[in-house]
Amino acid sequence: MSFIQYLVSGLSLGAIYALIALGYTMVYGIAKMLNFAHGDIIMVGGFTAFTAISSAWCPVWLSVIISIVVCTVLGVVIEKIAYKPLRNAPPLAVLITAIGVSYFLQNAALLIFGSDSKNFPSVVKNAPPFMLVYENSGVKFFTSPVDTADKLLLTISMETFVSIVVSLVIMAALTFFINKTKAGKAMLAVSEDKGAAQLMGINVNATISLTFAIGSSLAAVAGVLMCSSYPLLNPYTGSMPGIKAFVAAVFGGIGSIPGAMIGGILLGVIEQISKAYISSQLSDAIVFMVLIIVLIFKPTGILGKKINEKV
Amino acid sequence: MKFSKKILALGLAACMTVPFITGCGNKNTDSDTIVIGGIGPITGGAAVYGIAVKNGAQLAVNEINEAGGVNGIKLVLDFQDDEHDAEKAVNAYNTLKDKNMKALVGTVTSAPCIAVGAETAKDNIFQITPSGSAIDCVTSGDNAFRVCFTDPGQGVTAADFIADKKLAKKVGVIYDSSDVYSSGILEGFVAEAKAKGIEIVATEAFTADSKTDFSVQIQKVIDSGAELLFLPIYYQEAALILQQGKSLGLNMPVFGGDGLDGLIEQLGTDVAIADGVMVMTPFAASNPEEKSAKFTAAYKELTGGETPNQFAADAYDAVYAIKAAMEKAGVTDANISASDLCDKLKVAMTEITLDGVTGSTTWTADGEPTKAPKVMKIVVNGNEGTYAAL
Repeated sequence: MSFIQYLVSGLSLGAIYALIALGYTMVYGIAKMLNFAHGDIIMVGGFTAFTAISSAWCPVWLSVIISIVVCTVLGVVIEKIAYKPLRNAPPLAVLITAIGVSYFLQNAALLIFGSDSKNFPSVVKNAPPFMLVYENSGVKFFTSPVDTADKLLLTISMETFVSIVVSLVIMAALTFFINKTKAGKAMLAVSEDKGAAQLMGINVNATISLTFAIGSSLAAVAGVLMCSSYPLLNPYTGSMPGIKAFVAAVFGGIGSIPGAMIGGILLGVIEQISKAYISSQLSDAIVFMVLIIVLIFKPTGILGKKINEKV
Repeated sequence: MKFSKKILALGLAACMTVPFITGCGNKNTDSDTIVIGGIGPITGGAAVYGIAVKNGAQLAVNEINEAGGVNGIKLVLDFQDDEHDAEKAVNAYNTLKDKNMKALVGTVTSAPCIAVGAETAKDNIFQITPSGSAIDCVTSGDNAFRVCFTDPGQGVTAADFIADKKLAKKVGVIYDSSDVYSSGILEGFVAEAKAKGIEIVATEAFTADSKTDFSVQIQKVIDSGAELLFLPIYYQEAALILQQGKSLGLNMPVFGGDGLDGLIEQLGTDVAIADGVMVMTPFAASNPEEKSAKFTAAYKELTGGETPNQFAADAYDAVYAIKAAMEKAGVTDANISASDLCDKLKVAMTEITLDGVTGSTTWTADGEPTKAPKVMKIVVNGNEGTYAAL
């Protein structure tokens, strides 16, 4: 039963990595840039929701919406101010700018909120756990744990359940959006060939802005879910999960949406299982070793497209 | 490029001469005051510690002067910033020497403390660090003392306490393997636990790079059959462990080091899950004891409402230790040289007993403090958490 518990915690962590990785992968696929500020947009999303929830008048659902709106606007503004002028610059310049934006966001948050960690109130606070498994009385859904001699074998918290369900729903919606809508198809076209797409009458700038808007709104959702599951919020909250999610995106094949999802979930599960069965000290080393091995045999990631190098 | 390098070199050279010039002008010739130096980070990432030490030391100096000084000698605190950087700390030390410093309270953090310790040993200047907990902070000479426990020392006292009070026979540990503080405590704890017959049934680690999800570590501790969870970590991660532990059905007593001070504030309205957590800290602002309460009130008045932490209390005791040692050694001449003062103080330090806010303390000739650990229990009443003596 412990194994299932570890698996569940891996899925929960992985679902959050996956949500963040979706943002990385979309921006990379369409704008061909690594948006290293993505992790910090998660942090901004967390702080926005935290500020909103802390004010007495704001219900939880509204604060999540406010957080999504703020992050979407922020993502588009960052793209317009920092990345658009560099559209034709070498990739290295854009990469450095992204790192600069990341530091800017962190330090702005330090200035506004201070360096001490905030205790984030879960968005499903006071909700009973999704599922409990007891040794004798079996499986219970949506009930609070009770103090009995009956041994608790497995717990799936509401946060875990919500994180996994939301990630799956978002991925399905995103796949539908990209393949079935006009704007989505425009994104695909821009990702294939920017110049040709422009000649076909696609507004490339608007498409890239839309990508940033979607990526950043996903970051807000990821921020709220992450802070609900792991309620510690400070200006550096987003940076390490951001990097892990970037790894997940590469793992799954950067530019591929199902790839980001698979990469994220695998990363979370491998991390937790290696913590449980090999060593809690070595878990990061193991995760990155798996990444290296995958990239040796499949340099474009699990679902990455094969690139034919022109000589 | 070459040109700018030259300018930089010139600028640096100019900077180096400035302390000498100002140093000459500032020489303290006032015959009834003694300059106590202080070094610590008052800007940068570790600023919260340095500022607390500065305020704590200033409070002690103010109180001593108001009460007539030490044998009639008034104290002046000159606190310099080192930004938690060893090189800057040595520069700050040289500045203080030029300002005729007679004794040093500092430095606040371990790495700069080791660097400055080598200098004070060479110059034979008395040094007492409030909070440098690495072993090497006081090993460079017999002139160096400290107020806090060493990291391994804290682990040893924790194991002793658990054994003496028969809190548990089987202990599970979750620690930060990327942090010297945490692994230092663990090292001392493991050695002493073995000697005292405590079995460590689970030792689970996390690192600075993966410290959000602790569910696996918690589950392993639960499965190991531990009777007590030892957390030699800081309060932010401890808050996460308690929150995740609650949903996983963690219901064993939790015992932590001084890093857990701050847990009540961190958890805010969720404080109920910290009910019964034992914290081994020399000082807690909410400790109801009279001495702590008086210090906390005075500190709040000095700083305009800030709550003192353990660093402030350590610094406050460091200044009072200097006072006690000066009185013991019968120092009445404020014009005594720093080296002569040091010779007197280092003997007197081993003879005094300081009844400070961090406990009743004596010092060994090695510079290590001997004091009983204070273990407090968090008691939650409604949504309010307070400490109660254990």
